[in-house]
Amino acid sequence: MKTMNSDEQILAVRELTVEYPQGRGRDPLRAVDKVTFDIAQGETLGLVGESGSGKSTIGRAILGLVSPTAGSIEFGGQDITRAGSRERRALSQDLQVIFQDPYSSLNPSRTIGATLAESLRLHPELSKDQVRDRAADVLGRVGLPRTAIDRFPSNFSGGQRQRIAIARALMVEPRLVICDEPVSALDLSVQAQVLNLLSELQREFNLGYLFVAHDLDVVRHLSHRIIVLFGGQVMEEGPAEAVYSKPLHPYTKALLDAAPVPDPVLQAARRTRREQLPIVSGAGQPAGCPFATRCPHALPVCHSERPTMEVTPVGTSVACHRWRDLNSVPTLELPDRKISHAR
Amino acid sequence: MTLVAPFTEITDVSGSSSADSRFVRRLLRRPQAVACLVYLAVLAVVAIASPILLPDVAAERAGDLADSLQGPSSQHWLGTDSLGRDVLQRLLVGSQDTLIGVGVALVVVMLLGIPLGLLAGYVGGRLDRTLCWIADLVLSLPAMVLVIVVLSVFSQNLVAAMVTMGVLTAPALFRVVRAATLPVREQLYIAAAVVAGLSPSYIVRRHVLPRIVGPIIVQLSLLAAGALLLQTGLAFLSLIAGPPAPSWGGMVADGVGVMFQQGWLIWPPGIAIALTVLALGLLGDAVRDVSTEGWSPKRSPSRSTKQREKKGAHAPAVSVDDDVLLGIRNLTVSFASSGGNVRAAERVSFEVGPGETVGVVGESGCGKTTTALAILGMLGHGGHVEDGEAHFAGQDLLTLSERDIQEVRGSEIAYISQEPMVSLDPAFRIGWQLEEAVRANTPLRGADAKRRVQELLEQVQLPDPKRAARMYPHELSGGMAQRVVIARALAGEPRLLIADEPTTALDVTMQVEILELLRSLQREHGMAILLVTHDLGVVADICDRVVVMYAGEVVETASVADLFAHPGHPYTQALLASNPHNQHAAGMLPTIPGSVPELGAMPPGCRFLPRCTQSTPACELGTIPLLQIGERHESRCVHAREVRST
Amino acid sequence: MVSMVIRRVFTAVPLLLLVSSLSFVLLSLTPGDAARQILGTRGTPEQYEALRQQLGLDQPVYEQFWHWLSRAVTGDFGTSIINGTSVAGEIWARLPVTLSLISGAILVSVVVGVAGGVFSAVKDGWLARAIDALVLVVWALPVFWVGSMLVVVFAIKLEWLPAVGYVPLSESPTAWARSLALPVFALSLGSVAAVVKQTREAMLDVLGSDYIRMAAANGIPPRSLIFRHALKNAAIPVVTVVGLQTIGLFGGAVLIENLFAVPGLGSLLVTSALSNDIPAVQAVAVVFTLVVIIVNFAVDIAYGLLNPKLRSS
Repeated sequence: MKTMNSDEQILAVRELTVEYPQGRGRDPLRAVDKVTFDIAQGETLGLVGESGSGKSTIGRAILGLVSPTAGSIEFGGQDITRAGSRERRALSQDLQVIFQDPYSSLNPSRTIGATLAESLRLHPELSKDQVRDRAADVLGRVGLPRTAIDRFPSNFSGGQRQRIAIARALMVEPRLVICDEPVSALDLSVQAQVLNLLSELQREFNLGYLFVAHDLDVVRHLSHRIIVLFGGQVMEEGPAEAVYSKPLHPYTKALLDAAPVPDPVLQAARRTRREQLPIVSGAGQPAGCPFATRCPHALPVCHSERPTMEVTPVGTSVACHRWRDLNSVPTLELPDRKISHAR
Repeated sequence: MTLVAPFTEITDVSGSSSADSRFVRRLLRRPQAVACLVYLAVLAVVAIASPILLPDVAAERAGDLADSLQGPSSQHWLGTDSLGRDVLQRLLVGSQDTLIGVGVALVVVMLLGIPLGLLAGYVGGRLDRTLCWIADLVLSLPAMVLVIVVLSVFSQNLVAAMVTMGVLTAPALFRVVRAATLPVREQLYIAAAVVAGLSPSYIVRRHVLPRIVGPIIVQLSLLAAGALLLQTGLAFLSLIAGPPAPSWGGMVADGVGVMFQQGWLIWPPGIAIALTVLALGLLGDAVRDVSTEGWSPKRSPSRSTKQREKKGAHAPAVSVDDDVLLGIRNLTVSFASSGGNVRAAERVSFEVGPGETVGVVGESGCGKTTTALAILGMLGHGGHVEDGEAHFAGQDLLTLSERDIQEVRGSEIAYISQEPMVSLDPAFRIGWQLEEAVRANTPLRGADAKRRVQELLEQVQLPDPKRAARMYPHELSGGMAQRVVIARALAGEPRLLIADEPTTALDVTMQVEILELLRSLQREHGMAILLVTHDLGVVADICDRVVVMYAGEVVETASVADLFAHPGHPYTQALLASNPHNQHAAGMLPTIPGSVPELGAMPPGCRFLPRCTQSTPACELGTIPLLQIGERHESRCVHAREVRST
Repeated sequence: MVSMVIRRVFTAVPLLLLVSSLSFVLLSLTPGDAARQILGTRGTPEQYEALRQQLGLDQPVYEQFWHWLSRAVTGDFGTSIINGTSVAGEIWARLPVTLSLISGAILVSVVVGVAGGVFSAVKDGWLARAIDALVLVVWALPVFWVGSMLVVVFAIKLEWLPAVGYVPLSESPTAWARSLALPVFALSLGSVAAVVKQTREAMLDVLGSDYIRMAAANGIPPRSLIFRHALKNAAIPVVTVVGLQTIGLFGGAVLIENLFAVPGLGSLLVTSALSNDIPAVQAVAVVFTLVVIIVNFAVDIAYGLLNPKLRSS
């Protein structure tokens, strides 16, 4: 259930920019370009985009795994943009992570118990038995038996490992968890189990999530708000249902239309609609909107000028020069994307 | 409402205590490793004990000169040297200097190589580049020559020589440690440890070092062998261990000097040196095998046992059915594993008509890829076809010899896989690789073949075909690479394309384009497609008929329209229900409780039974057959008819 | 590619400076300097001082080094303190001998090693297993011991080839080849083993890779898979090992030249080291390093030709 229990803001990201050096003689690659957002206690913010959109880099910047080029990150009112390892250590009590790959995120040569206990190394006052009890409790909470504590990651399936990774994040009672594609590597039936577990835990512990994923269907399911990224920039953002059912940015629409739906009739209709659009696929980074080279509606201005974020009547914000004339006037009402058997 | 997640069963693969002790135990299970360790241990004891037990040997200038140059006898087991000294005694005492030399070199190598290698690999950046530059620099020095330079200053000084040797060869270990650290550093559990605020030194000690012990030992054993050869070589040149001190190398030199009178003398020290080097080398090999166990490639792909059994027997009469291009019947594939053979696919049957697109859909481990690979005789890795038939164009593919199935691959049936980036040879240009495929699968040669390559590149809608032909695979994006892979598959104008998760590694917008391409190619060429996928959305988009697999079995086959409208198996139903697309924005997703049963530990009766919400006692009884429940609609469920109508 | 060449040159200069300065400093520490060496125990203290001045030994080490370096760049390595001949002349006379020995050994290692490695990787059966076993044994045998055994068998027992000595190419090409046959054979055995091993492993590695399987699935015949795709990709690690082996061969050459009484740089190095002939030791070390740098250079170019990723970056 998506319920927010408090409005207390825990994370504030302002104009975050991350650049990766590309070797001598070449301009650095701008993976994240002036991205701004907040996350409140108990809220899930979904970050969606394709590979190269910068979504994972944002999560890694918040975690201190990459260092931002510009902008600021505040956590609980404290600036952590360039926090050192000492500050990070204290921060780890409130800020945790769940990674995509359940196989590489657990050290294969350490027992589950040893992996979980590492999160509590900052609490020397706890005895070995207390740490062990805590680990067993948390494992029970994520649906694994206590006996898991003495086993190795190789004894668990992908879905179970992801539960262990969730348990590791919960060892310290965090306030915000960065979920970096936590279900992308899982099979559909297991994916649903893990998504359910994440939303139960959110209600129980009033957790904030930054939920990074490439699949808008998955993101919508768990998120209160969604940010759609392309080329490191925010294309569209707003309440999850509004972004999902009334997308205004051409990229958001393309993303939604591209994901095939498990319904042959609906899928055939979507295909026909897509075929009516001109196919544009170009390369290169334009100076204006990053989507301009692939956008079927791009005008010269899109290539030269970066659009500003504008608030729309449906409560979302969109960065597109043409969002008004593509969506409103006069014949085109906002496309309703609700599908037959939903709701 | 409080929902407690259900306990999931732990699939116990191996009862294990600790990864490190497992490593040692696996090593000690190899006779080769044990023999090497025993030999080296005995040698170490000899090196320590013999100078104490035989205190006079080291300074003995001459023995009984009348008794010199004797062969082996009961008095002198290994004979006597040119000065009448006992060869065995000198061999035993001489081992001390040899081992000290090796030990000194190894200590220096480890002190320099391991910390610097860890530092370079873990920290990276400029420090890494600088250290690598220095390492390359030092490695490109002729070690032996510099050691001799040092010895011309520190005359006869073993330690100085071996320290120099250690410094000069430390970069070899440095490079190994660094190379092993780099992939470990990228592991997400390292990132998780960083996020947890653990100190770098703790992370390196507890997470990195234990993972790279294997390669370190391998490299150390090789370096020890090198140091031994150098030490004996220097002694051979009498640059160290001058007379009368006994040394293995010196004894060889002694033997060479009297080779014309007594050819025996070079054998004992030569064998001692060779055995020790061999022990070190074999130990290194054993350690490497143990640390890479499980993923090392098999020497050769094995053809199916079925083919061997049937060899000689005339091919069974095949019913030629115009409606069926590929007919799979009762295909059973098993893989050799530590616990015996496990069946990855069992009694799989389905058909693909000419120009038809059939989807094989299921979760990981359901046997869908195994089935696809078995059709082309590409199982490898200990997999073999136990039973079944795969009829294609009037012949059973599973009975063909390797040579005959080669004729089918590419020209009759082509194959594309999930990872376009690793499907192309990185060392050759795109145009060259396509031309090779054209020449292998068609009679076209020379300019005709080149023209055909251009045609293929245009067919797959690459923006600039001429330019693309000159590119190397690493210069392509994932979507472009998949287009090139498809172009190669089309080279022989196959009648069937097996596409194994062709879009899984691509972004959704790229996926749309590739699916569109496959659809248009099929329209133009009338090619049938067998599409292996886990994504029901992809199935809905492109397939005519669907085969749903679960735990190695086909559980349902149906037309796409039927499957989505009236799924006839509880698994298919549950799979459709748990798709987040079909769900309300808020609320719990319907899930399939539990997890897929392990291969080799299948429940009796229906394999989906433990996770099924509609089961009855009838489901536990024996093997469930595929039931006809509609026009070309089959389901492996006792209650299929009721399920379908819900 | 161009940047790689430039980088190599930038590495070569410090490398040569490092080797020469290190050897210079080390040798200046030698107890009993060159003047004492020349005079032996006979000279008076006045004679000794005069000679020290004449040799420049009274100057600080760095000035001596500078002096030596500025002459060394012009190819003047001074005179041997043992027999008073020009060191450079001695080196020029001996360099072709060592180079022919080493190039012969490289040739044998590459041809035999790659052929054996490919065979062992592709074929099953007793012959492939025999090659594997032989490689292991050959690798374990010390080069000086193998050399001795070859002399016993081929020179003494069978009398096919001369036991020791060297005949220059200009005198008689056949005699030259015969005089080098055993030394080259003995020297190359170890690196043949290393190349076989590396080739075998690299071939198996590549043959098990996805792109080979995918090429096979699309009808590319096995002959092409092995001799074009696998061999070209496997060549990259093989070139690495050949480069490292070549550096190692210079060490082996020192031993082999002494064993077979071949008048190359290696035997000059050992006799000079044993007799404290400092200018000669220094010069040989620098020349060896220079040759090794050239070898590395060739290896780098081979890399660039084999690996398109390196070429384009």
